[in-house]
Amino acid sequence: MKIHEYQGKEILRKFGVNVPRGVFCPTAEEAVAAAESLGGKVWVVKAQIHAGGRGKGGGVKVAKSLDEVKQYANQIMGMQLVTHQTGPEGQKVRRLLIEEGADIKKEYYVAALTDRATQKVAMMASSEGGMDIEEVAHSTPEKIIKVFVDPAAGLTDAQALELAKGIGVPEASTAQAVDTFKKLYQCYMETDASLAEINPLILEGNGNIKALDAKFNFDANALFRHPEIVAMRDLDEEDADEIEASKFDLAYISLDGNIGCLVNGAGLAMATMDTIKLFGAEPANFLDVGGGATTEKVTEAFKIMLKNPKVKGILVNIFGGIMKCDTIATGVVTAAKEVNLSVPLVVRMKGTNEDLGKQILKDSGLPIISADSMAEAATKIVAAVK
Amino acid sequence: MSILINKDTKVITQGITGKTGQFHTEKCIEYANGKNCFVAGVNPKKAGEKILDVPIYGSVKEAAAETGATVSVIYVPPAGAAAAIWEAVEADLDLAICITEGIPVRDMLEVRNKMKKKVAAGGKETLLLGPNCPGLITPDEIKIGIMPGHIHRKGRIGVVSRSGTLTYEAVAQLTEIGLGQSSAVGIGGDPINGLKHIDVMKMFNDDPDTDAVIMIGEIGGPDEAEAAMWCKANMKKPIVGFIAGVTAPAGKRMGHAGALISGGADTADAKLAIMEECGFTVTRNPSEMGKLLKALL
Repeated sequence: MKIHEYQGKEILRKFGVNVPRGVFCPTAEEAVAAAESLGGKVWVVKAQIHAGGRGKGGGVKVAKSLDEVKQYANQIMGMQLVTHQTGPEGQKVRRLLIEEGADIKKEYYVAALTDRATQKVAMMASSEGGMDIEEVAHSTPEKIIKVFVDPAAGLTDAQALELAKGIGVPEASTAQAVDTFKKLYQCYMETDASLAEINPLILEGNGNIKALDAKFNFDANALFRHPEIVAMRDLDEEDADEIEASKFDLAYISLDGNIGCLVNGAGLAMATMDTIKLFGAEPANFLDVGGGATTEKVTEAFKIMLKNPKVKGILVNIFGGIMKCDTIATGVVTAAKEVNLSVPLVVRMKGTNEDLGKQILKDSGLPIISADSMAEAATKIVAAVK
Repeated sequence: MSILINKDTKVITQGITGKTGQFHTEKCIEYANGKNCFVAGVNPKKAGEKILDVPIYGSVKEAAAETGATVSVIYVPPAGAAAAIWEAVEADLDLAICITEGIPVRDMLEVRNKMKKKVAAGGKETLLLGPNCPGLITPDEIKIGIMPGHIHRKGRIGVVSRSGTLTYEAVAQLTEIGLGQSSAVGIGGDPINGLKHIDVMKMFNDDPDTDAVIMIGEIGGPDEAEAAMWCKANMKKPIVGFIAGVTAPAGKRMGHAGALISGGADTADAKLAIMEECGFTVTRNPSEMGKLLKALL
C-alpha cells in the first residue's frame, strides 16, 4: 500500500526525523493561508499523487511570493500530472502540500528496503540525491552504498556511520546523518514498510540534515496490525476496478490488451497471460480468483473484466485441485448468463472433476469454446477475437 | 527414493484444529501411506484430545518426543505462523513446511535470521519449505500439503516451482505423457522464504532416483538466476525451465527500489536468458514443459 508524501513526512516526524514544516491543502484556495501561516519568503507548492517524478512533470514549484503560491496552487491542483510512473494519461492532482523553502547545500539519497537475497533489511544511500536512483544504479553504481541489517541487532552505529561517510556527509553533520538513518530504519521496521525512501535528503546551509521528500510502501500482509496506516489509504490514487476486485478477494490488475483472463493461482495466471502473448494477442488483465472460488466470486470477476471496454474475448483457465472443475463450470455458466456475455469465451479446465465440468459447460447451451491445454485455449481465443 | 520425504516420514501438523488444517490433513491421511505418516497435531488448548484419530499434543517438542516425528506442516493463520515456524525449529525438527499465505515480511525476516543464527552457533539446522507454498509430495508414498494427490504418478522426474497451480500444471503434463515424478516441491511465492530453487536443485542432483527436473520460476528476486549458475557448474541432469511473467507490468507489484537492488535481473526475459546460457532447455510456452522434458530423456 502506498501513501502520499505529506503522510510519509508525518510518519517520519513522529519517528524524530527532521522534515520541513508544511501544511496539507485539500483545495487550492487554502494554499495562500497555508503559506502565510508558515511565514518566510519562499514556499514550495507540491502536488500530492502516489507516483514519483513529480518535479519533472511540473508538479512541484518554488514560489517566491504569496501571489506565486496562489498561481502555482491553481495551476497544479486538478492538472493531469504525467510522470514516468503514471503512464501517458497521467494522474489527476487532488491534494497539495505547501512547505517552507529549504536552503539546499547538498542533496543525498537514502532508503530502507527488504533484500530477498540476504534476507536482511538493506539500507542504501547515495551522494547523488534528487535524481532517479535507478539511473544512478545504472550509470554510476559505485555511488550507491549499501549495508545489510540483522533485524535482531538493528542498524548499528558503525553501519550508519559507514553510510554517512560513504556518501560524503561533512564531519560536522555526520552525527545528525547517523541519527536520521537509525530513525529511518526504526520507522521502516515498526511500520512494517516494504520501502521507505527519502530522496532528496538534504544538507542545509546551517549543517542540518532534513528529509525533503518521503516515499513509503507498506507490506500488505502486515496491514492488519496497522490501522493507523490503513487510515492513510487514498482510494482516489488506486485503480477503481482493482479496488472493486479486492472487495471480493480477487487479485486483479488491468493491462492494455483485449483478452480478459480468469485464472486460479498467481503463477498460472501469469503463465496464461504469457501464452496469450505468445500466440499473438495481449492480455487485458491479470486476475487470480484464488483457491476458494465460489459462483459469486466468478460472477464478480466476469463483471470486473467486462467493465473494460477493450475486452473482446475471455479466457478462463482453471486447474482444479482442491477446487473442483464442476464448481467452477457452474460459476462460469451462471456468470455468463447473468452478465449476458456477448464476447467469445474459451474455457480450459484441468484436474479434479474435469469431465463433469466440461459436461456442464456443454449442457449450458452457451457458445462456450472448450480447450484442453493452455496453448490450445490461447490459439482459440486469439482466433475468435480476430 | 525421493527428496526430503518418503513413506516412512513422520509428520506433526501445526494448526490441525483449524478449518484449513483439518481439511487438508484429512486429504493427506487418505493419500498413500498418509495414515501411518501423520502421527501428531499441536494445540496447547486441546492437548490430550484427538482429531481425525490423530493425537493432539501441547507443543511441537512434546509431539516430537512422543512420536519420533521429524517433520512438521504448518497451517497456522498469518499472525502466528512465524512463531509456529520457530517452535518447529526450537524442537530441532529436520523440516518445517509452512503452507500459510499472508505472513508479514518482517516476521519472516526475524525468524529466518534467528534460524541462521541458531545454525551458526552450532545448533541443529531445521530446513524450511515455504511459506505461502503448496507443500511437497513424493507420489504413491506421502503428500504433505494442499496439492491434489490424484494428478501425480510415481516416477523419476523432479519438479520445483514457486507457484502452486503452475506446479500442478507441470505435474499433470508429465503424468499425461507417462512420466511420473520422484518428488514435486512448491517453494512458495513469498519474498522471504526457506528452501530456494538452488537448494532443491542440489537435492535432485544428488537423488539417484531423479533423472531430470522441471524448474519453474517467476518474476522478481535473484533466486532462479542463482540456481541456474549453480546448475551450469554442477548439475548432471537435464533441466526444462519456464519463467512466468513475461507480460507482467514492471513496478506493479514491486517498488522501483526493490527491483533496483537485485540489479535488473528481475524480469522473466532476463531470467530465461540466464537459464538458457546455463544449459537449461527453456520454453516460453508453459504447455510444452512436459513434452520438452520427454525429448531430453
